[in-house]
Amino acid sequence: MLTLVGEDRPGIVAAVTDCLYREGWSLGEASMIRLGGNFTIMMMVTSAAGAQALERVLRPLADAMDLRLHVDAIGGGLHRHLVPNIQVRVTGADRAGIVAKVTGALAQAGFNILELESDVAGVEDNPVYIMNIQGYAEQTVEALQAAVDGLNEPDIDVSVSAVDTLIG
Amino acid sequence: MAILDILTIPDERLKQASEPVTLFDAGLRSFIADLEQTRQAGPAAVGIAAPQAGRSQRIVIVDVSGRPKTANHGYMVLVNPEIIRWEGFELGREGCLSVPDYTGNVIRAERIELSAQDPDGQFHEYAMEGFEARAVQHEVDHLDGLLFLDRLVSRRTDLFRRKIYQKGIQRKEKGGT
Ligand SMILES: [Zn+2]
Repeated sequence: MLTLVGEDRPGIVAAVTDCLYREGWSLGEASMIRLGGNFTIMMMVTSAAGAQALERVLRPLADAMDLRLHVDAIGGGLHRHLVPNIQVRVTGADRAGIVAKVTGALAQAGFNILELESDVAGVEDNPVYIMNIQGYAEQTVEALQAAVDGLNEPDIDVSVSAVDTLIG
Repeated sequence: MAILDILTIPDERLKQASEPVTLFDAGLRSFIADLEQTRQAGPAAVGIAAPQAGRSQRIVIVDVSGRPKTANHGYMVLVNPEIIRWEGFELGREGCLSVPDYTGNVIRAERIELSAQDPDGQFHEYAMEGFEARAVQHEVDHLDGLLFLDRLVSRRTDLFRRKIYQKGIQRKEKGGT
């Protein structure tokens, strides 16, 4: 698992993937996104060479582009996707604790987060926190909704719905 | 009857547009029976299109009746289907028999109207919405050589954000704050 974080600038993805390609590394699942002016890359890569070789390969590029580089040998592999069956949307006043409260209630109800995206919308003096979570749970939508309703937070709006994946 | 082989990516045949059906004979009906058997043999597919089974003809099967609380027309065989009206749009997650081990988000029309022939060549018109409309759009795409991969969107799309945000605002207004 390769992690790269640094101030965003054009060409990071191209430079990193070109370097990996030339050194014979294959790309797997990846998440790359700009967060608050930084560009973040988390990427599974494989090759016969090990984690140390990967670090050697990327170090000069990371230094040149001012990216923090971190490499972990992991046991994961491809084709281990879990398909989410539940979606949770949260909107509320932007204040500390909202994420912890909602995810805490969900975890207690047996909900496993697969993906979480959050952002702050609204105008500057009235920010609205928006979070979209996809995950997997054996419990029903109603049971999970009851769990988050139990938080009893008047200015947080949480809606739980089923993710129905159409196969065709 | 037979279970047919499903083409999977990156098979180039999945990218070809299919030909209209002109002959409504016993051969067509027997292929449709095989196609349905193939759909049922796979992992819970609500639809299947002929080109997925290597037959480049405009034939799809859709059946969402097994899904709880879903408006549906039951088991539908749509030959030479044409979507004639689209309305609204909705984000939903899709997977495909021809794209193993991957699902993604796709925007589809919420409501559609379509005309299609049945296995005997008779013309019918349908109006449908929601999950069933999504399934038909997914299958008709196969006839035009398109996969849901060609329509993937990020969940961070404008459409989605705006919807959530507006909901929040409306609720606030209702509450009078
Ligand atoms: Zn498909």
